[in-house]
Amino acid sequence: MTASTLTAPPERQVPPTATRSRFSVGRTARYALLLFFLVLVLIPVYVLLVTSFKGAGDAAPSRAWNLPQVWTLENWQLAWETLSPAIVRTLQMVVPAALISSFLGSINGFVLSRWRFRGADLVFTLILFGMFIPYQAVMIPLSQLVIDLGIPSGIPSLILLHVIYGLPITTLIFRNYYESVPNELIEAARIDGAGMLRTYGSVVLPLSIPSFVVVLIWQFTSAWNDFLFAVFFSSSQNGPVTLALNNLANGALLQNYGVSMSGALLASLPTLLVYILLGKYFIGGLMSGSVKG
Amino acid sequence: MRTYKRWLPPLLLISPTLVLLSVFVYGLLAVNVQTSMTDNHTSAQAAGVEPSVFVGLQNYLDLLGSDSFQHSLKNLLLYTVVFLVGTMAFGFLWAWLLDRPMRFEGIFRSVYLFPMAVSFVASGVVWRWLLNSNQGEQASGLNRLFQIVGLDFLQNNWWNNNSVGITAIAIPAIWQLSGYVMALFLAGFRGIPEELREAARVDGATEWKLYRHVLFPQLGPVALSAVVIIGHMSLKAFDLIMAISKPANYQTKVPAIDMYQLKASFDYASSAAVGSILLVIVAVLIIPYLVHLAREGRR
Repeated sequence: MTASTLTAPPERQVPPTATRSRFSVGRTARYALLLFFLVLVLIPVYVLLVTSFKGAGDAAPSRAWNLPQVWTLENWQLAWETLSPAIVRTLQMVVPAALISSFLGSINGFVLSRWRFRGADLVFTLILFGMFIPYQAVMIPLSQLVIDLGIPSGIPSLILLHVIYGLPITTLIFRNYYESVPNELIEAARIDGAGMLRTYGSVVLPLSIPSFVVVLIWQFTSAWNDFLFAVFFSSSQNGPVTLALNNLANGALLQNYGVSMSGALLASLPTLLVYILLGKYFIGGLMSGSVKG
Repeated sequence: MRTYKRWLPPLLLISPTLVLLSVFVYGLLAVNVQTSMTDNHTSAQAAGVEPSVFVGLQNYLDLLGSDSFQHSLKNLLLYTVVFLVGTMAFGFLWAWLLDRPMRFEGIFRSVYLFPMAVSFVASGVVWRWLLNSNQGEQASGLNRLFQIVGLDFLQNNWWNNNSVGITAIAIPAIWQLSGYVMALFLAGFRGIPEELREAARVDGATEWKLYRHVLFPQLGPVALSAVVIIGHMSLKAFDLIMAISKPANYQTKVPAIDMYQLKASFDYASSAAVGSILLVIVAVLIIPYLVHLAREGRR
């Protein structure tokens, strides 16, 4: 249950059974059920889309589930004006955070699987433990430490935290991946006289592209969607989009669902795009992040 | 001389991570426990202007003895149970329905899984609207939908309920993570050797018997992972509650919310104690699981 789970669940290459071409009650029922659940899952999406295009004239509760009488882009405009600075900041946070923690994770994974030292397993377990702690159990001293280190509140603090607390998962994913790299490759490089860094740089790193994609996506998504660190280490003036969105939706302003739903869609677009375009790798991250150890 | 050349370079390469994690995980966990055992309850103490003294386990006793924190713990338990049962049921059912090859399989799978890519805060925006507690003429959200489809009796006040309101917050959580559990179970189904299915079919097993007696029993380890992952996620519940019912709402508060509120009021000692209690709860769940995995791995 380790390295093999890195990629998406393989499609089973089974020839369709004989019952397939026939009409069958079981199959129809299966499709009906699947379709029913599909509609159920998409209900919130319908609400988000429809409400985001509604104007003030559609505010009556009786029209809650109706299509807009007049389609308007006003909400989207307002949401964009409010959220765009935060979206830019989130990008500035997520890209370096994902790159740095992936790179460190790759080095750690290499050392812990293919250039081992005495006690490597213990060190790995100690690193892994960082993944399971509830961050509430370090939050009070952590906020003090970040201030003491003189790191500015907002994006700089958040980059640091996402890098550090991302290390266990990135290390785990790379370690599991490198375990599947044939040892002969490493040995061959060693015999040729390549040192540790040479072996990493010329043998291991070029093989790592797929797991870099998985890890980068994983880190990108989890940092983009993070709210806990955002609340404790930034404000709506210097924080990421989750915080800005929450302020927009729950702020002192009159509750305006049209604007907040446009905002929710805007804030979700990057991660949804990644999911749609790179779904296979996204699921790869999910699987390796799930089956821990 | 020769030996240290073997272990020093890898250790050096990994040392940035080791230093960072020993400070930011282990060091801070220790400091947090220390803070939780002081009388650091005021902003002057929090700022270090006034001294704090050691009070042992007093803060823990106070918290565990208070109705408010017991309410949080009860909420956390309720939330976890509903969240677990919901995601396991939907996730398992969807995986089972999708296990046999079929048309449009990819579409169903992608749609079921997509809520996972969205943040709790963003989904909280729409679920806040869906879980609006207004009923009758003023109803919107799901209550209005129930009226439209003729299920009026299902209308309720959702999270605006002191004893079980928290279970309403579990609904969006189930919506977001059932697809994840489905993906885990699907990987489990696909990991079962094809020979096992063939053998059962040759023995004349019906589809149902094949699943009931051959395939389901193989999914034990996957189910265990799913329970641990969802349970672990549930114990840290915070984002959704902040987004849907706001932190000040008594009916939906859980320990992570208490931690946030206590810190905001500069009661650092109690806030740290809540954090440590959460750590203990998570450890009770995770450590046996990790030990179990390690044993399996050795076999």
